[in-house]
Amino acid sequence: MSASPPTSEYRRREQSITLSPLGEQLEQSHDEQQTSQELLTLNFGPHHPATHGVLRLLVTLRGEIVHDIKPIVGYVHTGIEKTAEDKSYWKVIPVIERMDYLAYHFNSLAYIGAVETLAEVVVPTRAEYLRVIHMELNRIMSHLVWLGTSALDLGAISMFWYCFREREQINDLFEMSTGQRMHTRYFQIGGVAEDVPVGWTEKLRGFVKRMPSSLDQYGDLLNSNEIVLQRLRGTCALDAETLLSLGVTGPLLRAAGNPWDLRKAAPYSCYGDFDFKIPVGTVGDNYDRFAVRMAEMHESVKIIDQALEGLPEGPYITTDRKVALPPRHELATSMEALIHHFKLVTEGLRVPPGEAYYPIEGPRGELGCFVRSDGSSKPARVHMRDPSFVNLQAFSRMAEGSYIADMIATLAMLDPILGGIDR
Amino acid sequence: MEVKRDRLGGAGDGAGSAAPVDPRTLRVRDANARQLLRGGEIEGLTPAIELERNDDFDLERHVQERVLTTTLDKAVAWARSNSFFPATFGLACCAIEMMSIVAARVDVARFGFEAFRASPRQADLLILSGRVSIKMAPIVRRIYDQMLEPKWAISMGACCSSMGVFNNYALVPADKFMPIDVHVPGCPPRPEALMHGVLKLRKMVQDDPDMGWRERYDAVGTEETLRGA
Amino acid sequence: MPDATALELIRQELGDAVLDTSFFRERATLEVSPQSIRAVLGHLRVKGYAHMASLHGVDYYPHEPRLGVLYELLNMSRVDRISVKLRVPSDAPEVDSVTPDSAEHGGWPTANFQEREVFDMFGVVFRGHPDLRRILMPEDYEGHPQRRDFPIGGEPVIFTYNESPILEGAE
Repeated sequence: MSASPPTSEYRRREQSITLSPLGEQLEQSHDEQQTSQELLTLNFGPHHPATHGVLRLLVTLRGEIVHDIKPIVGYVHTGIEKTAEDKSYWKVIPVIERMDYLAYHFNSLAYIGAVETLAEVVVPTRAEYLRVIHMELNRIMSHLVWLGTSALDLGAISMFWYCFREREQINDLFEMSTGQRMHTRYFQIGGVAEDVPVGWTEKLRGFVKRMPSSLDQYGDLLNSNEIVLQRLRGTCALDAETLLSLGVTGPLLRAAGNPWDLRKAAPYSCYGDFDFKIPVGTVGDNYDRFAVRMAEMHESVKIIDQALEGLPEGPYITTDRKVALPPRHELATSMEALIHHFKLVTEGLRVPPGEAYYPIEGPRGELGCFVRSDGSSKPARVHMRDPSFVNLQAFSRMAEGSYIADMIATLAMLDPILGGIDR
Repeated sequence: MEVKRDRLGGAGDGAGSAAPVDPRTLRVRDANARQLLRGGEIEGLTPAIELERNDDFDLERHVQERVLTTTLDKAVAWARSNSFFPATFGLACCAIEMMSIVAARVDVARFGFEAFRASPRQADLLILSGRVSIKMAPIVRRIYDQMLEPKWAISMGACCSSMGVFNNYALVPADKFMPIDVHVPGCPPRPEALMHGVLKLRKMVQDDPDMGWRERYDAVGTEETLRGA
Repeated sequence: MPDATALELIRQELGDAVLDTSFFRERATLEVSPQSIRAVLGHLRVKGYAHMASLHGVDYYPHEPRLGVLYELLNMSRVDRISVKLRVPSDAPEVDSVTPDSAEHGGWPTANFQEREVFDMFGVVFRGHPDLRRILMPEDYEGHPQRRDFPIGGEPVIFTYNESPILEGAE
């Protein structure tokens, strides 16, 4: 490891202290200090209050300074991709949703997008708008949970309750439209499973009105808090080229200055219709990561507002009977509808053979799904490219040379979701 | 406060008193209850309350038979049940709903359970929230062993109670490696559902904290103690 | 995506390394020979595809060569994606790792965890990988779960008709 000069203010001050007789030991030059102290290996987790999920870290310490971190994952490996090969295309959706458990709509869109690419299904506009609304609500919810648990890690414990209060409102919205709070299985191949009930748009409008002021309150709570600033400003910065070579995407990359966001760069679904900004940081330290996510929540509220204003009338699922179930009233009159219904429910839909990779912008970065189909009604291979799995490789580089407390703050700002890492 | 004590076996003092063994003594009732649970009938034993014949019949009678008699024990059970210290043990999606019960809407602090302890030595309730993979199972068991008696476990969600949505090579249902007191179904269970499970556990503990789980699971001797102590 | 003609131009530049190209649903795929993967990726990096989005394995059972590794590359400046595919037989599943060396020297550090996952799930050995161990399964696990002939496993679901044999078998 290269001897990096101390970056944050208190490390600089520490170098200038003169104490005696301990002072001589402390006044040793930085390089001598590096070699004279032993390395201590500390095992964090997998059960630890500061880890976000069951992440195990083998931290090699020199005194209190982190020398190296080896993450060990796999403690919540669920064999989702293998299970997906065993089930028909529709039945894979609930399984895939449970991968990155805070971004369930994103997981399902990545998979459904890949299948729709293979099966060449056209999704009606109303369904696209509903999908975008649900995904942006999910993005806000994921960032709220991130904010609550990160603030909890830093010690700002009351943020947890405020964030979860907003999260409950979003969960109420999900429950009203889809019937479930989490893992809603709302997105369906060809559109969405059901149209939204009467009154949902009014409730959503009320939420959109209230949310920006709540976000401002959270900003006020944290942005001028001395402890938060000291812990986050200037700690564990990493530049954009290193992040790119490590494959990091999402808010971490944007905090380092690279404005790469798939919603703007390669608009999928109907993101091209909306006007929103991409928050970008400058330095790439923990404070920028925090600020980027806070600003992203504001932008998501704007997207939802615009989607709500522009929500078109129309079908909520494709009319292609080979892909989507026919409406119930048709079953009484049309023989083809009955046969389609039967085939779809018993065997499942058949997708032409081929391979497709569908990337979307999840709350943590590029979430992609690779589906290989061999022409039958079950996928032959489903692979989710999870952003947290790839972002975790950057953790060691980020936290090198910093204190343990900074490492914990960096882990909080990294926002790893172990369900996605381990699948 | 007057404490009533029951003589065990009816022959505590004096040699060879020929008093017949009262079937209402604790030891006899305990033995009867175990007999009941194994499916046998006991002659001459009328249940204290006539219960409806349903599927829980034997279990209900078992619980009735084991109801404590002394007020002190009742007080201790009341205190234990109202002050669970859950261990922070979130594995996967159910952990988010478990965090929701700590949050303000379904407030677990109303019942006194908000003190989530990070160290298993200080905790007495393990809420297994999420899917237990084969890599994680020995670690869960180790944490459970580190908890001190009396301890309870709630298996939250479908994945650890049964295999849940994923029935494959990577998961282990929690019943295979540790004793669970309450299973809460759902995927993920609503916070209200988990609260219901916790309150059910509280009721069970109020009635009988020990619940004889070591005998029930044939696990006598599995306590983890310091070597040489 | 590079369109079909651009794909053919790339193929001509790479010459023998490319075994096949395909342009399916707007997605360009190059199938290359396993020995040349580092060279191909380096060439594509020079052309602008400097970011590796994903590295994953596929099992083409029962067609040999059976184990495939796919590399999804991304050109950020032109928002272009291309896939590179290679297939290795299951009796000799070895490929050069693309992880070692930093990005300036032709390596792809992002492939570290992802190659470990392909090794864990499919058994493809990446020569030169700095730390090729199992990442998702326990270290001493035997077998490669995501191969198509690996059984899915799990517990038998107990219904009333199979309750007695299963419970008796357990005791």
